[in-house]
Amino acid sequence: MTFDEEYFNIGYLDRLSYRDTVVHRLDPRGKVIATMIFVITVISYPKYEVIPLVPFFIFPVLLITLSDTPFKFVLKKMLIVSPFAVFIGIFNPLFDTRAVTLADGVLISAGWISFLSLLIKFTLTTSSALLLIATTSFPGICTALQRLGVPAPFTSQLFFLYRYIFVLMEEAMRIVRARDLRSFGSRGTDIKVFVRLIGILFVRTVERAERIYNAMLSRGFRGHIPSMRQLRFTISDAIFVFLTIAFLSALRFFNITEMIGRFVQELAV
Amino acid sequence: MSHHLVAFDSVSFCYPDGTEALNGVSFRIIHGESVGIVGANGAGKSTILMHMNGYLLPSSGIITIGDLQLTKKTRQEIRRKVGMVFQNPDDQLFMPTVFDDVAFGPLNLGLPEEKVRERVDEVLKIVGCLSLKDKPPHHLSSGQKSSVAIASVIAMQPDILVMDEPASNLDPKSRRQLIEFLKDFEHTKVIASHDLDLILDVCKRCIVIRDGRIVADGLSHEILSDRGLLEENNLELPLSLQRVAYGNDKIMEGERWTT
Repeated sequence: MTFDEEYFNIGYLDRLSYRDTVVHRLDPRGKVIATMIFVITVISYPKYEVIPLVPFFIFPVLLITLSDTPFKFVLKKMLIVSPFAVFIGIFNPLFDTRAVTLADGVLISAGWISFLSLLIKFTLTTSSALLLIATTSFPGICTALQRLGVPAPFTSQLFFLYRYIFVLMEEAMRIVRARDLRSFGSRGTDIKVFVRLIGILFVRTVERAERIYNAMLSRGFRGHIPSMRQLRFTISDAIFVFLTIAFLSALRFFNITEMIGRFVQELAV
Repeated sequence: MSHHLVAFDSVSFCYPDGTEALNGVSFRIIHGESVGIVGANGAGKSTILMHMNGYLLPSSGIITIGDLQLTKKTRQEIRRKVGMVFQNPDDQLFMPTVFDDVAFGPLNLGLPEEKVRERVDEVLKIVGCLSLKDKPPHHLSSGQKSSVAIASVIAMQPDILVMDEPASNLDPKSRRQLIEFLKDFEHTKVIASHDLDLILDVCKRCIVIRDGRIVADGLSHEILSDRGLLEENNLELPLSLQRVAYGNDKIMEGERWTT
């Protein structure tokens, strides 16, 4: 994957967040709260639970469908970060070799079950976080966090991160292009040159930071970033948060899968 | 009126690494004047501009903006009066959306919110960018960024407008619009640029800097038609005057081609 492609990938995620669907129109605060509760609920399950986690997939699937987010895109992003989860869990089956009966005499080591549980939790949490970003503009999320009481120094850092990640990437892209144009194949693309490029990028960033600070000062900045962004928490937002909480607590406190299983069994009988 | 005055009195400035950027610079710009600052790369143009809003403080000499002498204490007050447009609009537009960015200055000045909204709309209309209001800056073209950067500064209604290479990212049409806008801006203007045609169109007065010293200060049409002086300073005649200076030979050549 080349640098240019990566750049446009980030841009793509950003563009997705500026679309207009039912999910996009929800108040960012509602979405942030819902996502947070979702993530907490999912990770609150003990490490050998697998079946009760499955119904939670309804949440991301529903969001993907309603927000018209390309499923492939979410999947690709998750695959990129999946090695972290895999490496964390891969030793579970080796260390945790206690045998567990699955069904009618099929034996399996408990490690495999906790590994599977970990992967499911990973998939659920990252997909919901990705969907939050893909359906909410980044400034919207920052403002929501601010209104929810996250201290200003953190949120303003996020604002700047969002604003300048594109500028910085463009700068890096230009440097990489300039290197590639004069390195003719492999020479010049080795690690030594790369280290120097990073150094240059860092120095330029420091200089830019100084210029930005200058620009801020000359427009009256005195340590506080004023904001006029208005958020409207409407009835539909309240309903969204309420339904999410109701859905999540129903799953968490009642064993829905087992109930459905029994119900189906009874029907069969 | 004294409150739009910009006066430098034998100002010198040394960068921390020892580079002597300004060496005894003195000039006086009165209310409503439009002044171009020209000179070779590294002559000290940007350093002069950075003194005007107190980002840099002189190593020696006195700077007076309005009726205030520039010191650490008066900096904040002076920044309210001096609107500064930087060379690179990406440095200037630091807020997540165009609206937030233009509103940043007025909000810091303590204006009430409806007033800020009104003013943002007003200045975006002036620079022709009203439709970009809710966009994030990284979705804009360079020309649009420059225009928004200018809007974000004039939204503070500064008494003195200071610009560093305002037209460097603009296509010819946007540049022409900028020139028209600057001609209408009636307060004090100080513009540093290599675009000598822009200086000639917008500024009555022109100051030439070389190695941190003023080498010429006078009417733009006199200084900018002095070929010797300009070439000594790595500059050349503005294109519009080149046509006048060399025009006759060229036209004759052209005639020869057509006949």
